[in-house]
Amino acid sequence: MSMMTMKLDCPLPKLDFEVITLGHGSGGLLTHKLLESGVFDLLKNDHLDAQHDGAILNLKGKTAFTTDSFVISPIIFPGGNIGELAVNGTVNDLAMCGALPKFLSLSFIIEEGLSMQEFWEVLVGVKYAAKTAGVQVVTGDTKVVERGKGDKLFINTTGLGEVHDQANIDIKSIKEGDKILVSGPVATHGVAIMSVREGLEFETDVKSDTQSLHRVVAELLESFGKHIHLLRDPTRGGVATVLKEIATQSKLGMEIDQKAIPIHPGVEGACEMLGLDPLYVANEGIFIAIVDAQVENEVLDVLKGTVEGSDANCIGAITLEHPTQVVLKSAIGGKRVLNLLPGEQLPRIC
Amino acid sequence: MKFLSEYRDPGLVQSYLEGIKAKVTRPWTIMEVCGGQTHSLVRNGLLNLLPKEVTMVHGPGCPVCVTPLSLIDKAIYLATGKKVILCSFGDMLRVPGSEKSLLQAKAEGADVRILYSPLEAVSLAEANPGKQVVFFAVGFETTAPANALSVIHAARKQLDNYSILASHVLVPPAMRAVLSDEDNVIQGFLAAGHVCTIMGTREYYPIVDTFQLPVVITGFEPVDLLQGIFMTIKQLESGEKKLENQYSRMVKEEGNPEAIKVIQEVFEIKDREWRGIGTIPGSGYEVREEYAHFDANRKFLVDLPGVEESKECIAGQVLKGIKKPHQCSQFGKKCTPANPLGAPMVSSEGACAAYYHFSNANLEEETV
Repeated sequence: MSMMTMKLDCPLPKLDFEVITLGHGSGGLLTHKLLESGVFDLLKNDHLDAQHDGAILNLKGKTAFTTDSFVISPIIFPGGNIGELAVNGTVNDLAMCGALPKFLSLSFIIEEGLSMQEFWEVLVGVKYAAKTAGVQVVTGDTKVVERGKGDKLFINTTGLGEVHDQANIDIKSIKEGDKILVSGPVATHGVAIMSVREGLEFETDVKSDTQSLHRVVAELLESFGKHIHLLRDPTRGGVATVLKEIATQSKLGMEIDQKAIPIHPGVEGACEMLGLDPLYVANEGIFIAIVDAQVENEVLDVLKGTVEGSDANCIGAITLEHPTQVVLKSAIGGKRVLNLLPGEQLPRIC
Repeated sequence: MKFLSEYRDPGLVQSYLEGIKAKVTRPWTIMEVCGGQTHSLVRNGLLNLLPKEVTMVHGPGCPVCVTPLSLIDKAIYLATGKKVILCSFGDMLRVPGSEKSLLQAKAEGADVRILYSPLEAVSLAEANPGKQVVFFAVGFETTAPANALSVIHAARKQLDNYSILASHVLVPPAMRAVLSDEDNVIQGFLAAGHVCTIMGTREYYPIVDTFQLPVVITGFEPVDLLQGIFMTIKQLESGEKKLENQYSRMVKEEGNPEAIKVIQEVFEIKDREWRGIGTIPGSGYEVREEYAHFDANRKFLVDLPGVEESKECIAGQVLKGIKKPHQCSQFGKKCTPANPLGAPMVSSEGACAAYYHFSNANLEEETV
């Protein structure tokens, strides 16, 4: 089912309010009205239906546990909305631990004045992403803050997942010669968001790559188990930041080949125009895998056979030369070092 | 990408590199004037591909780097005002003023917005009649037409809440200043391609005549830069001294007459202070009297105490090509992009930041 069909299947119920006000967070009648307007129906499952203070869960074996907050602006963007992002982002954090995501919590912090129409669209996004990922939202919370004290809507999440039997994701497993793979084209999410950000709007057909990645990760763990040494999703800060973090933590070096890094032409063009380096732009639907060199080709074959990983490629390798440094070989054969940015990437003057 | 990938072609890059190697017989020092060229040289790792005889030094063509401290303080002061929206290009935000940067002022509550075009600032002024919108108009001749146009638009719309804080600097006077320095080491110039796209080539003949050295107007892609270096080396080796145009797909002899008209309508040439270098005669644009109403300098009389640069920063020598960034005792120590002592460490076009981001101690011998 696509998000479009889901939207048609879940129309905004008839309500006697159009915008969310402070009263909807009071815990009183208005809060009940908001929650019973269809929120519970929309995300329906046994745990949520109990309407208890918390959820009582059964998990098998090792458990992965993560938390994340989503403050994206605008809350609805090309290719998704903050609700889908919250579910996929949390699911992916669990997947990067080698876990099968099972349960999520969702807390909404709403700025008064948010239209019910937009909130509903976000909720449908949550439902769509949770259904696609096969996870349940089992507990949650809603607070409303005064106008000016939020940015329409913030979502905080928690995720629980069962760690795969074969998983041994550990930065200490990385060794010289390991291959660095990326599961799809870079910088897509960041460029999609920038294209609709106030003051920067530009026309593009680039859409956010937000998607859950745990199924393809499970497939890799199933087939290659301990040969998958590390998984990371390069969200904010982009691919370069994550690679530099891994190099610093592992005290190993990396050689990256710029030519091998997949990127959509539209994304590349937008970055060129905006004066941004795509390697530092955010992603929401790709991951970096560091794998044993002996399984490189087979892992790529498996990845390329999936929807999520069809553009996967090997972008480099681990080296003992220049420990803690990530060296990028440019498309024309020159070399430069990838470092952490001092802050947000700022567009250049000319 | 069409019209870009051709200029990033590894085969062409290789053939120009071989051409340079074949031609060069002795050491030469060439300055690329524009920060955009520095950025591209370092980002593409071109410096470590050049033969060791060719030394590139990075010129003062980073507008962010040469904007005086006092003007940044003024922008921050204005931005802190309750009824002001201060608009700026992105990389100006992190440049340290004497106490803080615009980014810090923003965090403390100032209304600072990053824009890509000054015309957006005019729309912002229209939409916010109760606020004063100030555009921090920084740049070389390249950004001057759009900034001037924003003033013309605001005048046409009779807006009384739009003004620009102009910090416009001009390339040819800066090249003269570099060449006139007693410590000058520059033997050839790659002139700034986009500046010439606007202004044309005429201003550069007198520089060639006076200082007797090759000047090659050069673009920004790897093939452009290597071709520009190749043309300069060819002249140097054969003892020629002339103006050549590598970037002819963009730069015409007469430049862009419409853009020049717009600049002249709004701006006049005045002496200007360059951060790290000092005052260079006739090296900046200021808003003409006729448009005084749109000049933030005249509109808001701000009297801030005089400020001094950090004594440890050798930005002036770096911008004139006398020293390389890593020859500074504070490079990468007290001075980093996260905590810059001087402006060249801030903008990604700044020579120090370019070196810091794209090279490091381990690779220094290769990349620097």
